[in-house]
This record gives sequence, structure tokens and C-alpha cells, in this order.
Amino acid sequence: MNGYFAMATGLAERVDQIFVTFDHWAVTNTPEPLRWLVSILLIVVPILAVFPGLFALTTVLERKGLGRIQNRYGPNRVGPYGLLQPIADAVKSLTKEDVVPRTADGVVHYLAPLVIVSTAFLAYAVLPVGRNMIAVHLDAGLLFFFAIGSATELAVFMAGWSSRNKYSLLGAMRAIAQMISYEVPLILSSIAVIMIAGTLSPEKIVLEQAQYTGIFPHWYVFTPWGFAGFLLFMTAAAAETNRSPFDLPEGESEIIAGYFVEYSGFKFALFFLAEYLEIFAVSGLGITLFLGGWSAPLSFLAVIPSWIWFFAKLLVMIGVFIWVRGTMPRLRMDQLMNFAWKFMLPMALIDMVCAGVWRFLPGGALWVVLRWLICAAIIVVPYVALARGLEQGRKIEQRVYRYAEEG
Amino acid sequence: MPRSMPELAEFVATERLVKPSHEQDSQSHTMVLNMGPQHPSTHGVLRVVVEIDGETVVKLVTDIGYLHTGIEKNCEAKFYQQVVPMTDRIDYLCPMTNNLAYCLAVEKLLQLEIPPRGQWMRVLMNELTRLQSHLVWLGTHAMDIGALTVFLYCFREREELLRLFEAIAGQRMMTSYFRVGGLALEPPLDFFPRVRALLKRMPEKIDEYQNLLTGNPIWVNRLKGVGHLTAEQAIALGVTGPPLRASGVDWDLRRDMPYSGYENFQFRVPTSTDGDVWARYWVRLEEMRESVKIATQALDGMPEGPIQADAPKVVLPDREKMKTEMEALIYHFKIVTEGFTVPAGEVYQAVESPRGEMGYYVVSDGTAKPYRVHMRNPSFATLQALPAMCEGRLLADVVAVIGSIDIVLGEIDR
Repeated sequence: MNGYFAMATGLAERVDQIFVTFDHWAVTNTPEPLRWLVSILLIVVPILAVFPGLFALTTVLERKGLGRIQNRYGPNRVGPYGLLQPIADAVKSLTKEDVVPRTADGVVHYLAPLVIVSTAFLAYAVLPVGRNMIAVHLDAGLLFFFAIGSATELAVFMAGWSSRNKYSLLGAMRAIAQMISYEVPLILSSIAVIMIAGTLSPEKIVLEQAQYTGIFPHWYVFTPWGFAGFLLFMTAAAAETNRSPFDLPEGESEIIAGYFVEYSGFKFALFFLAEYLEIFAVSGLGITLFLGGWSAPLSFLAVIPSWIWFFAKLLVMIGVFIWVRGTMPRLRMDQLMNFAWKFMLPMALIDMVCAGVWRFLPGGALWVVLRWLICAAIIVVPYVALARGLEQGRKIEQRVYRYAEEG
Repeated sequence: MPRSMPELAEFVATERLVKPSHEQDSQSHTMVLNMGPQHPSTHGVLRVVVEIDGETVVKLVTDIGYLHTGIEKNCEAKFYQQVVPMTDRIDYLCPMTNNLAYCLAVEKLLQLEIPPRGQWMRVLMNELTRLQSHLVWLGTHAMDIGALTVFLYCFREREELLRLFEAIAGQRMMTSYFRVGGLALEPPLDFFPRVRALLKRMPEKIDEYQNLLTGNPIWVNRLKGVGHLTAEQAIALGVTGPPLRASGVDWDLRRDMPYSGYENFQFRVPTSTDGDVWARYWVRLEEMRESVKIATQALDGMPEGPIQADAPKVVLPDREKMKTEMEALIYHFKIVTEGFTVPAGEVYQAVESPRGEMGYYVVSDGTAKPYRVHMRNPSFATLQALPAMCEGRLLADVVAVIGSIDIVLGEIDR
């Protein structure tokens, strides 16, 4: 019996590490002078292949998912269940005429989509997609991620400014204001994780969470500060990536398509790709920080390879984004800013305090429950007070409507 | 920034709109933004020129006329019965309301009495049209604010309504179902059961839209306190219909100047004193519920009898009679070839369309063609109030306000 169990776990281990093993094998079997090239290619090519592939899948999922939410079919003509739709879309965008406005700043207009896609890809360098599966082992990986994330703002403004279109300029202004405002709560909410894990390395943060008490994992989302931090992080992430309900920079009913209104053909497709790559990257970081990265949700499920868990979690996150898009109206600019600075920022700071208290409260038998209650109170009490205060500031009183006399 | 239409035209020709932005006056802090006529949220081909400071609207000028079809002038070249299909195309979201206003005006000149069944059918179809129009309004308004799903939910019910219209008139949108002197046809046999089934379902569906929108804090914040219009402003600008009632003026032509037998129906007129986008949203939603009630009453009490007035010189005869009776054949020939004459005079007939007071002013010189047909269209007047509601607010609010006044460009430009 024990023998079988050991064999099964051994097999699971092998499947889990299959890509890592292949990587080692390929590198050791190439001649010495070419090894640096092969090892780089083996890291870069999978990223360049897998995530755009996921993007193609997501466009179908999103359109079909939105279709189902909205009581219609979604794409179902190209291939089985419309699954080949992205190929048709790609062919269309490649063969379309690329129109550049006469008054546009040609160089900047050309560079903007390239910059946005390359920065979006760079973020994947520090994302652990499985056990031992990370492109670059950086000790300050999180710092790198956020730094690269900010670089997309540059590309957005390049696009908006160089198009010489008033709508794209407005869109770019909105995008810059929004991204800068929401970067603050995004980073502050991840600081709580850094405080507890004591490291800036995404790999080590996942390893911290990949421990189990009984069958239950030590994911940070199962702590009061982690739960609040996760919600804050994902809300800020939706704003950072211009997803509904924070899709103001694109708000198609107001400023039509925002900063990429003057892009057509493949350049437009690149913006589209970059947007989805950013969503995957920032969701992947959310998974890494709060949802245990590639670790299994229950200890005995660890037989399923770690990379499957990562991508399963990623798909769930994408599903939530699609669901939100199908449900929510769009915020207004001033409301968006108020939400960032008056609600998200204070809550992120309180969350940091809560994480500090959690770290320094003793961990005895009685304290397990007490620690939970204290930390939950630290989050919930300010949350209620803040929400009340903001509601009063807005003065939404209960209104009375009357009916005229019956005719 | 121009203040009137001629000034706007000059401004467009000579000034900033034609220059690229980098050649514009660098001292000014504002930017002129041209919304439309091809813009997703101007509901057709409305052009709005806004001067914005950042995102705040400093000045707003509307430019109309992109959908001008010359219907008013065309009416003078048609027989009285040939005008009916043109009225469909004025406000293409409520064709039967237009039909009704025109037919009532001509019938007033002819002093025709429509039998009860015809009148009740007209009320029924009018309320279904109102429902249909408000469904389009709700869907597009929600889509402007960014709630995409509500749009398709609204169009699901609208689809059934359009199928009913098709069943009764052979056309989904340009129905021309009302004729001078009554209705075109008896409804098909399964019509009333289908209407009843839809009306039974409707309150539940309205609750569904409300569940998606009313409780949503984003929706509430986008609508409440936006685009204020006081009762005085509304009256001064000629605003009618739901925007007027949302500003606190209790005025509904169906109740206050009843026509086509509306005095026989029990319904409430929702009003609000807030005058903002939220109030207009709420007033229209409640009107949909009231419309369902009126339509149900019309169904329940539908009288038996003819649907057309007994006026052989005006109303086309029955097909069967034409084949057996000499008289009928002659009348048919005369009406179709040379129309029917209407006594000289002038008349103004207003009805409560989904958008407000829809009035038809018909002048007759005693011949078979109208001397003049003028339409008093609610959207035209309501659009005047747009600058008053938008100036000083954000660009995103302009979209919300345009959605809330529910304009149809077809009836503005005519």
C-alpha cells in the first residue's frame, strides 16, 4: 500500500516538474557556447506563447460569457462553439488597413502599442506560474512588477497625446489620473503581505502560503487582513487595468474608445492584447499574494500539478472580471477619484496596521480566536465608519414620490 | 463660444473646430469638443458642441437637422389617408401615438365618432407603444451609463411587443395601424391572449430591471442630483411629458385633456419634485407599470362592435361588400383615386406620447389634401433644456442627461 502511495506521489511530482525537468535536460544537452541562448529562449518563448494563447481563449470566453449573461449566444459561427473566433479576429486585424491620422505624431504613434505590449510582457518575468517555474529569480520581484506596471501609463499617454484627437487626449488624461490614483492602494494592500511574509520575492511569498494545517492551507486570504487586502487589491487591479466598472478611459458611450480611438488594424489588436495581458498579470499577482499562488487549496489535492492550479485560479479570476463587466454600470470621474483617495487609501492603511497587529499578537491556543476577532474588528469598525461618513457626505436622503389623483 | 445657431455655423466655418488642436489659441484653458452627429450616445444624429474645461462643461450648444426629411412639407402633397404612413416615421419609437394624434385631428375636422371598440383598441395599442418606447429608453439609458446587460433584457420584452405589432399590422415598427375613421383591421384571433400573457409577465420584468439598476450604488450615484431642472425652467422651456412630471408639474394629457376614451380608465400619474436624472428614471419606470394597468383594463373591458366609424366617404369599405355592392365599389374607387375631402378649418390635437405632448396642427382648405400639417414634437422642446441641465457639470453627466430626456431625432428634425 505504502509503495503505491509513494509511486503515486513520485509520479505527481514528476508531472508537476515536467517543464522544469525538460528545461534542465534541454540546457544540459546543448553545446556549451549556445547554452545561454537556449536557456533564455526556453523562458521567453513559453511566456510569449502561453499568455497570448490565453488571451485568445479569454476573448471567446468573455464574449460567450457576456452573451449568456445578456440572454444571447455570443460567437458561435467560427469553428466548434465559435472557438476559432480569435483566429478569424487575428486575420481580420492583420489584413485591415492601418490608418494613421495626418496630424498625428508618427513616431510616438507607432511606438505606443509596442511599448505597452512589451511592458505588459515584462511583468510576467517575476510571476511564479508553478513550483520552480519563474522566469527570473529576483529577490525584489514585487518591486520590479510594480515598476514595470507603472511604465504602461507612459505608453497610454503616448498613444493619447500622439493621436491628436480630443477624445484620445481626454481618454489618456482619465487613464493617467486613474492609474496613478489606484496604484497607491494597489501597492499599499500588497505591503501587508510583504510585512507578514518578510520578503519581496513572489516565490518565497507563495512558499510561505503553501503550508497546511491539517488539510487547510495557510493562504493569506483566510486572515482578516488578507481578506480585506485581497478585495482592495483586486478592486485596485480592476481600476489599474481599466476594467468595468472602472473602464472610464475607454468609456465608449462618452469618449468612444479613449486613448486608442485613432488606432486601427494590428496596432489596435496590440492594445487589446496588452490590456488583457495586464489583466492576467495583475490577477496572477493577486493569486500569488493572497490565494497561495500555485499551491493546492486542500493538502491532498497537491497531486494535481501546481501549474494547473495557477491557471485554474487565473481562469476563475477572469470569470469574475467578465461577470462584473456584465453587471455593473460605469463610475464617473470624480466618483472614481473619491473612491480611490477617500475610501481605498484609508482602508489600505488600516489593513497595514491590522497586518502589524496580527504579526505581533501571540499565537497561543486561546489567542487563535482572540487574534482573529481583534484583527477583524480593526478592519470592520473603520470600514463601517468610513462608509457611513462617505454616505453622509454625499447626502442621499430618502426621497418621497407622490402620485397624482386617480383619473 | 457661439450662442445661437447662425453664430455656431460661423464658428464652425472659421474658428477652432476646423483647426487642429495645436494651432488653437494657447491662452485659453478650454477645449471645444464635438460630440456627434456620429457618436454612440447622442441617440441618433444629434450633434452637441461642448466647450470643456478639463472635463467640466462650460458651454453646450446643440446642432440639429441631420435627419431632416421634409415630412411636414411632404404632407401637403398627399391625400389625408396617405399622410398616416408618414407620421410613423416622425417618432419611430412610438408610431401609433403619431398615428393617433393625426387621425384624431382629422377626425375632429370631419366630426367623426369612433365606435367604442375602435377607441379602446387605440388606447390598448397606445399603451403597448408607450411600453415599447420606454423599454428602448431604459435600455439605451442604462447602456450610456455603462450597464450593458439591461439593454438586452429590455429588448427581450420589446421583441415580443414588436411581434404583436407585426401580428396586428404586418409591420414591426412602421405600423400605420390607425386610420382616419378607425383602425386598419380587426386584430387576429390569438392577439388578445398573447397581449394578456405579456402584460401578466411585464410587472415581474420591470422588477427585474429595477433589481439590476435601482439598488446598484454606482447607478444611484450616477443619477441622483445630476441634470437638475426646476419646474419654472421646465415650463419656460416647453418641456413636457416625464421630464416635466419629474420636475414636479402634475400634467398628463391622458388625464387632464382626455382623448380617445382615456376618461374611462383608472390610472395614476407619478410625479416627483426632484427634477434630476434619477427622478426622470423613476417617473418613467412607474409609468411603465401604469401603462401595464391601463392596457390590462383595456383588454378586460374591450367592447364588441365595429372598429371603424360609419362614414362610407372616409373609411374604406369591406372587401366582401365591394364584390357584392355597387355603392361600396364606387366609394372605394373614389377614396383611393381622389381621396376624401375635409371641411375647411384648422385644428390642434395633442396626445400624451411617451416623450410628452405630441400635437398635430392640421389646416384644411376644403380639398382632399391638407393645406398644412405641423407637428408639435416633445423632443424638440425638451432638447432646448439640455444646456440648462448640463452646463457646469461633467462630460459624463451630459451623456446621462441626454439619455434621461429620451429624445428621438426623427421627430426633432421632421
